Amino acid sequence: MHKIWLIIQREYLTRVRKKSFIIMTFLTPLLLAAFMVIPAWLATISDSEDVVMVLDESGLFADKLESKEDLKIIPIAAGSLEQAKTAYQETDYTALLHIPKLDLDNPEGIRLYSKKNTSLQVKFRLENMLEKEIESQRFMASGIDREMLNKMKANVTMTTVNLSESGERDSNVWVTSGAGIIGAVIIYFFIFLYGVQIMRGVIEEKTNRIVEVMISSVKPFQLMMGKIVGIAGVGLTQFLLWVVLSTIVVGGVQAAFDIKPAPTPIEQMQAGRDLATGEESAQTQEESQANMLSEVSSAISNLNFPLLLGCFLFYFLGGYLLYGSLFGAIGAAVDNETDTQQFMFPITIPLIISFIMSYTVVIQNPDGPVAFWMSIIPFTSPIVMMVRIPFGVPASELLLSMGLLILGFIFTTWIASRIYRVGILMYGKKINYKELSKWLFYRV
Amino acid sequence: MSILKIDGVTKRYANHTALDNVSFDIPAGCIFGLLGPNGAGKTSLIRIITQITGADSGEIYFKGEKLRPSHIKDMGYLPEERGLYKKMKVGEQLLYLAQLKGLTKDEATARIKEWVVRFEIKEWMNKHIEDLSKGMQQKVQFMATVMHEPSLIILDEPFSGFDPINANLIKDEILRLRDNGATIIFSTHRMESVEELCDNIALINRSRKVLDGPVREIKDTYKTDTYQVIGNGQLLITSPDFEVLEQHDNHGVFRASIRLLDGASPNDLLRYLIQRVEVHSFVELVPSINDIFIRKVKETYHA
Repeated sequence: MHKIWLIIQREYLTRVRKKSFIIMTFLTPLLLAAFMVIPAWLATISDSEDVVMVLDESGLFADKLESKEDLKIIPIAAGSLEQAKTAYQETDYTALLHIPKLDLDNPEGIRLYSKKNTSLQVKFRLENMLEKEIESQRFMASGIDREMLNKMKANVTMTTVNLSESGERDSNVWVTSGAGIIGAVIIYFFIFLYGVQIMRGVIEEKTNRIVEVMISSVKPFQLMMGKIVGIAGVGLTQFLLWVVLSTIVVGGVQAAFDIKPAPTPIEQMQAGRDLATGEESAQTQEESQANMLSEVSSAISNLNFPLLLGCFLFYFLGGYLLYGSLFGAIGAAVDNETDTQQFMFPITIPLIISFIMSYTVVIQNPDGPVAFWMSIIPFTSPIVMMVRIPFGVPASELLLSMGLLILGFIFTTWIASRIYRVGILMYGKKINYKELSKWLFYRV
Repeated sequence: MSILKIDGVTKRYANHTALDNVSFDIPAGCIFGLLGPNGAGKTSLIRIITQITGADSGEIYFKGEKLRPSHIKDMGYLPEERGLYKKMKVGEQLLYLAQLKGLTKDEATARIKEWVVRFEIKEWMNKHIEDLSKGMQQKVQFMATVMHEPSLIILDEPFSGFDPINANLIKDEILRLRDNGATIIFSTHRMESVEELCDNIALINRSRKVLDGPVREIKDTYKTDTYQVIGNGQLLITSPDFEVLEQHDNHGVFRASIRLLDGASPNDLLRYLIQRVEVHSFVELVPSINDIFIRKVKETYHA
């Protein structure tokens, strides 16, 4: 035990003191902060006022197109299109909107002239204004006025509620899936990044030829487990430092620049929808956004954090250990990194499949058969189960999955240690699967 | 007393036999040569002694006890394939390897200090291994092998890659360790390189032991009573007691290999020569271990 501890220490310390580790650890939160600040900063830049000149030859929209806070409308009293164009050329306005004489039933020929490409947003907003005006004129023509129409409009926001034994809880599909996906993504990358580090470490020991010196002092199994556990420590350290540093950096940036975080996907969705439904519902938009935010935060606070975090740590470590020992075995079986491809393939396939499935099939149907089986089988469960947990998973399924993961880990470690003890002393031999399977039953 | 007793050890791999019923003893406090051509089974045997692998059958006794894991810390092994962690500092590396051999941190630190003085490498301690020259790396490697003062030191091809100066330094260290009571096993295919160092040897060929014993006895057994004589004069041997195997004459100087026949003694030959020629040199032609090995291998093939 003492020797394993020494090995763990060495693996951990040499990696944590590496320049690349220190740089990565401090750079990532800074990049995160940059990702947060730069879009917000860009957003403030593009919020400059758009000015649109309008030449309305139809006379239908006179005074009806109103200036908005960031979209100013300047009507041109009269004149030809050519005159308007010349006038526009002399200004630095955003665009020139030309509305020819229109047939209300078939409004065609409206053009937007600009010096640069106009932003989609300006185009959408103008289109919206015109559409709405044309609509109300049509309503008028058929005897319905705007106010009556507004009374008839309905606005529905649905609140999703989880019914469980512990009572009703507001839930939010976005929050629930988000929590699971984030956990799954972290586990996926952790397994890959640090699994490959185990493999590299083993190859390094082999090519350095230190391995025989080592195993004349310690058992191959101790050497392998020491490396796997030591690197797990490195990963956890990096992860925790990222969480802490990111919180500090992001908090600091927010305080210093007083910037709202860049819009989350939810807000972006919302914004997109608002754009489509138009300007007139600004009030309702704000309202619904407020609703949404309170709904999100209540959904977040309703997530079962202790369970989520506990499961995350379990699957994080379980998945890493399961795959880590296999990566170690690959490192032992080959002489250099270029030979790893053929053995990496069968290991990466279940990881990639479970990653892809988790944000497609699993998230759409977290209780379906695919999600169920993938969250039970140890090779896919660390990623898939993380996605399912926020939606609620029966305790029996969770325990089955965890138990199988532990068994799976013991199984892969057994296989890996058999391959490892033979492989680390084998040089200059191209290994294939047949050879590997023989190693499992070698008497050493 | 033997420190290591190898008793009928056999080791088979998938498609060849590495060791076939090998038995011999290694006396304590000697320098022991484990000799044989490449692929004879030397490294397989060493890996069994150092418990990196196990034997299929047969037993090994270390200091009279069946080999067990706790014996590992009383052995020091310098493998043929050797290396160090390139990114580690010399001091850390030595400390790490010594601790893995069961020394406490304080013991290890104290021992490192001794060796640093002996090898005059104080200024390297904070250098990374990859920044050292190859000779320096080998010194560090040797230190790591003997740092924990094992009673059995196993060196596999110890001088391969050493420059002559460092090789001599290591030879002196090996003799010093032997005088302090350690037993040293040399494994090599370059037999002439260890002939003058070894007290005892075992010859292995094609997974079998060919012969073993003290070097002196072996040489006595295999000596052919042949003497090389160099001198002035016209040498013409007519006595039936001596047989001239080889003779060169050059401007009155001769050189001849002469074998004694039927119980004639070296003094008889000398007396016979002195009466006829002027003798400058009279040396017994002792077979080298290499010669003996080749002879022995030929015998086993013809048998």
